[in-house]
Amino acid sequence: MTLTTTAVLVPLLPFLGAVAGLLLGRRMPGFVRPLAVLPTLAAAALTVTVAVGQGGGPATDVATRLTPTGSIPIDLALHIDGFAALIAVLVGVVASCVQIYSTGYLRDDPRYPSYAALVSLFTAAMLLVVYTGDLMVLLVGWEVMGICSYFLVGHYWETETARAASLKAFLVTKLGDVPFLFGIFALAADTGTFRITGILGSVANGGLDHPTLIALLLLAGVAGKSAQFPLHTWLPDAMAGPTPVSALIHAATMVAAGIYVVARLLPVFAASAAALIVMAVMAAITMVGSGLAALAQDDIKRVLAYSTVGQLGYMLGALAVGDRGAAVFHLISHGAFKALLFLGAGVIIHAAGTNSLAAMSRMSGLARRIPDAYWTVTVALLALAAIPPFAGFFSKEAVLGAAEHAAGGAAHGIPGAAGWTVLISGLLTALLTAAYAARLWLLAFKGKGIEAPDLPQALNSVRAGETPIPQPVVMNAVLWVLFLPTVALGLAAPLLPGWFDGRSLAPTLTTSVLGTGIALVGGLVTYATWRHTTALAARTPIGAVVVDPDASPAVAEETAMATHAPVYGDVAGAADPADPGRLLLGPLHRHAAVGFHVDAVYSALFVRPVRAAATLVRFLDREVVDTYVRGAGAAPRWLGAAVRRAQTGNVQTYLGALLAGSLVLAIAAVLVATGTGA
Amino acid sequence: MHLAYPAVLAVLLFCTGLYGVLARRNAILVLMSVELMLNAVNLNLVAFDVWLRDTLHAGQALTLFTIAIAAAEIGIGLAIVLLVYRNRGSSDIDRLRDLAEKTGEADAADGTPQPDTKAEATA
Amino acid sequence: MTLAATAGHGFLSPTGVEIAFVLVGIATLGAAVITVTTRQLVHAALWLVVTLGGVAVAYLLLTAEFIAWVQVLIYVGSVVVLLLFGLMLTKAPIGRSPDADSGNRWAALAVALASAASLVWVVVDAFRATWINLDGPAQGSTEVSGRSLFQYWVLPFEALSVLLLAALVGAIVLSRKADGGKASVAALDNSASRAPAPREEQR
Repeated sequence: MTLTTTAVLVPLLPFLGAVAGLLLGRRMPGFVRPLAVLPTLAAAALTVTVAVGQGGGPATDVATRLTPTGSIPIDLALHIDGFAALIAVLVGVVASCVQIYSTGYLRDDPRYPSYAALVSLFTAAMLLVVYTGDLMVLLVGWEVMGICSYFLVGHYWETETARAASLKAFLVTKLGDVPFLFGIFALAADTGTFRITGILGSVANGGLDHPTLIALLLLAGVAGKSAQFPLHTWLPDAMAGPTPVSALIHAATMVAAGIYVVARLLPVFAASAAALIVMAVMAAITMVGSGLAALAQDDIKRVLAYSTVGQLGYMLGALAVGDRGAAVFHLISHGAFKALLFLGAGVIIHAAGTNSLAAMSRMSGLARRIPDAYWTVTVALLALAAIPPFAGFFSKEAVLGAAEHAAGGAAHGIPGAAGWTVLISGLLTALLTAAYAARLWLLAFKGKGIEAPDLPQALNSVRAGETPIPQPVVMNAVLWVLFLPTVALGLAAPLLPGWFDGRSLAPTLTTSVLGTGIALVGGLVTYATWRHTTALAARTPIGAVVVDPDASPAVAEETAMATHAPVYGDVAGAADPADPGRLLLGPLHRHAAVGFHVDAVYSALFVRPVRAAATLVRFLDREVVDTYVRGAGAAPRWLGAAVRRAQTGNVQTYLGALLAGSLVLAIAAVLVATGTGA
Repeated sequence: MHLAYPAVLAVLLFCTGLYGVLARRNAILVLMSVELMLNAVNLNLVAFDVWLRDTLHAGQALTLFTIAIAAAEIGIGLAIVLLVYRNRGSSDIDRLRDLAEKTGEADAADGTPQPDTKAEATA
Repeated sequence: MTLAATAGHGFLSPTGVEIAFVLVGIATLGAAVITVTTRQLVHAALWLVVTLGGVAVAYLLLTAEFIAWVQVLIYVGSVVVLLLFGLMLTKAPIGRSPDADSGNRWAALAVALASAASLVWVVVDAFRATWINLDGPAQGSTEVSGRSLFQYWVLPFEALSVLLLAALVGAIVLSRKADGGKASVAALDNSASRAPAPREEQR
């Protein structure tokens, strides 16, 4: 098999798996699991083959044109370079892990066939985005991902939260996709092609007429897809989807698509200093804001979601300082450890029976009960906090190093302001990241068991040392699979520049010491705060709804989500004085818990006017337009009723009317006759 | 003699019959009124025949035919009235309203059992 | 009967025939009005006799004597008797019945008055100067009528007999007791069997 054939097969296999799964899922339930797992596994293996075959050499570029499509041709093009090959490996591996994990996680779910097919379809779309060399084909995959995300976030559509979240995810990403489409058109209009190689060649020759406009339009789409400020609000809410979906879509792949597109088109963005500044500011706001918000969240998955937003901000920051190698490196390592974190969070939620950190902090023995999740999540949190020697450290240092490089004015064509913005916000975010990672770990695993009156018998039995409820084996196995890159990917740092632009990704001393020191400070401060506040936890027992641990993981999660708002008064936060985040954030906590009121701003700016307009339209339709329609119906009916009243069945009345009428006619005829005669 | 006298008398008789047809309730009285109208026509026929001195005496012959037809008509008419009276127990014209379209659901609900009760009454 | 012939005849100088005709006409009309307005149903039939008799007198005054006698024989002799039988068989109330007129009496009155006014207007307007010359041999003596009837109108006359037969059969069928179409000989209703009888005699 040539490299091209292999690469074509990579998106095709999951796609065929998805089609087969949708067609056969209902009739042959036994085939659903193999159809979900095997094509994805095969695709993952093929991505590795492609990566080995590409080997960091020159980019493979193949195109075929099915049909002429007007002035600007659309090609089915493959463009495989080091970025594409490595990201495809990440996507393949994470998707396979998620599919395997889902067989355990959603084992009793009646909608598993459609779920698995949609995940496969999503994987195919993401691989298409990664491998394609044509912007139009890329857009196809981009939109397929959007609609799959909508369906998967709304998987628990019985709950109001999930319905709202899926709609929100769809609408907000579409809000970015419209400018993105315009950006692609403008780009194609300027350069005369949709091919990425052609565009980049044209940009290199200075053939771009409106670089800032195009870059900003594309950036809007990227902000929507990659959950950057101000279009990030859908991502935390999208946690209403099942945990594997969060791991696949909202941590490792779909949100990475935006970063990947910017990385592919970086010369377009680099052509405009203004766009780079905007990108840097956007990344900075996203990073810091999401770090603060993550400290205040009570739902464990929302903490991770805000953390994802922040890490994506790092990647965008790296792109803003013109180093796509660092961005993609961080993307890959983040994809690995964030998928691990989400899948681990799924195990934790199942074991704890709740998704509330406040409730978990009042349970002891959670770590003993799920040792696999405990160790892997611990390491993944260390990686997230960029503690050496885990993967996150190397990739984040690469980003910070690139920012420091640009801040020093050493990078060609990159404004120093962008460098400084990214560097400072990156260091601040390192502090926040370490703080919320530590908070998550402490609250989830180091809870002090208190005899909560409403805890079910099963948890008490765990505390008494009886047989723990077994976790599905596949779920734990997948955690260890992802554990490997989380630990070891940093070692690949010296190898990667050959695959990327050739710039060194090795950590520099200054930023390493600074970043790690800040992270340690963040972690230690959180620990100290926790030691202080944990005493309060004993005094304030908090009500919790804990799901029966015998329930399937998906059911546990769905119930936990559905009950969070009624129990704690809010989907995001909980009024828990024992929360160290509350003490750390001080008066900011209230605002951080609701994501700094961005949703409220959106509500005031868009939702309410649209609703008002809809009310107006409804009024116009119901009261004005329908009046005519009803009148058109009612007038003949009244006329008919009036005429029908004349039909009494009394023959004499008929005869009288008949004679009177003929009399009138006769008189008229006589008058006319005499009138004409005279 | 002026033709106007018999003509006007015929007109007035006709209109009297017309009133009777439209205003009377009993079917037999309506038949009487019809006879009045027929007589008015006959009077006209005779008067014009006499005035025109028709050699064929078409007017008078037609009058004879009309009288015969009127007799047949009154026989058939009375038979029908008797049949109606036997079936309905009444020969009032304004109560024979089966041609009316029933309006509304309630009327339809009332109307459907009506033929059954009538059939039982006549049986 | 031409304009010249009528020139000497005004409405203000009526001949004896005219006076007689007007008197008879008033009586006839009055009887007719009572016929259609009286509340006693049997009286209506009796007043109808007066009306039909008045019309017969009018025929006589118009020198159509054969028609006059036919009128008396058939109408007064048979039709009114038939109507009276009909009233009796439908159990018409004897004496005043307050609901003899139906609800649309006023509409009927309006229609009747309007048509009367318009027709009188038209007729008077058309024929106010037309004179009937009643002199000379009678226009409707039995001989003249029979001659014309059997000389020129034989075919319609015979066709009329078929019509009367059809009416006879129809009346019998209609007034048979509806006993479910049994093959038994139909018991002829009194009225139905009698209805055609006078006509047959007349023929």
